[in-house]
Amino acid sequence: MSMLHIVNKSPFERVAFDSCLAHASAGDAILMIEDAVVGAVDGSSFAGKVKAAMADKSVYVLGADLAARGLEGKAMEGVTIVDYAGFVDLTANNDSTQSWL
Amino acid sequence: MSTKNFLFVNRKAPYGTIYALESLEVVLISAAFEQNVSLAFIDDGVYQITKGQNSKGIGMKNFSPTYRALGDYDITKLYVSSESLAERGLTVDDLMELTYEDADDDYAEKPSIILANREEMAAMMAEQEVILSF
Repeated sequence: MSMLHIVNKSPFERVAFDSCLAHASAGDAILMIEDAVVGAVDGSSFAGKVKAAMADKSVYVLGADLAARGLEGKAMEGVTIVDYAGFVDLTANNDSTQSWL
Repeated sequence: MSTKNFLFVNRKAPYGTIYALESLEVVLISAAFEQNVSLAFIDDGVYQITKGQNSKGIGMKNFSPTYRALGDYDITKLYVSSESLAERGLTVDDLMELTYEDADDDYAEKPSIILANREEMAAMMAEQEVILSF
């Protein structure tokens, strides 16, 4: 049973992203959208936590939200950039979803 | 009308919430009142002025080019937190080149962005008379 965790808050402003990482299980998928995409940028003080999560979870980021914030091309290695169709696929390919608002 | 030192503090990323756009709107309005206006970009506010923003994919208007117009409204002091940039894996090279033409110096083009650490930011804040937070 795998779950898709959707995060939309900046990890530098709210604890939602931290909570998500703390509650996600091995084999789950994590998708960053809206303000959460800043968590995908390499070299930040939060990047280490995302890298640690990638050990046993798959991590995705919505490309359109990265581009809007001028962060396209700054995502860390190992994070998969998806489009809206990819977002739909993630919801379909996991057994359930949880939004960390 | 008397002139006061106005500071707009921007601490939110753009697009996810309306704060950044609303702040910019009020900043532009304040320019009409010929006040001494400064802007501070702290915490997630630094994302407001990253270069290369392309919001086509999210169906929202890219308002970042408007920051380039601030110089024409005599808003020439944009303080950016150096710690906030570093914490986010960003450098000043990731920001737009925001400039103004200095009327007192034969309209020479000068940078509007002032990189400031917390101590310098605090000193600048202490000089303000009206502070509006977004």
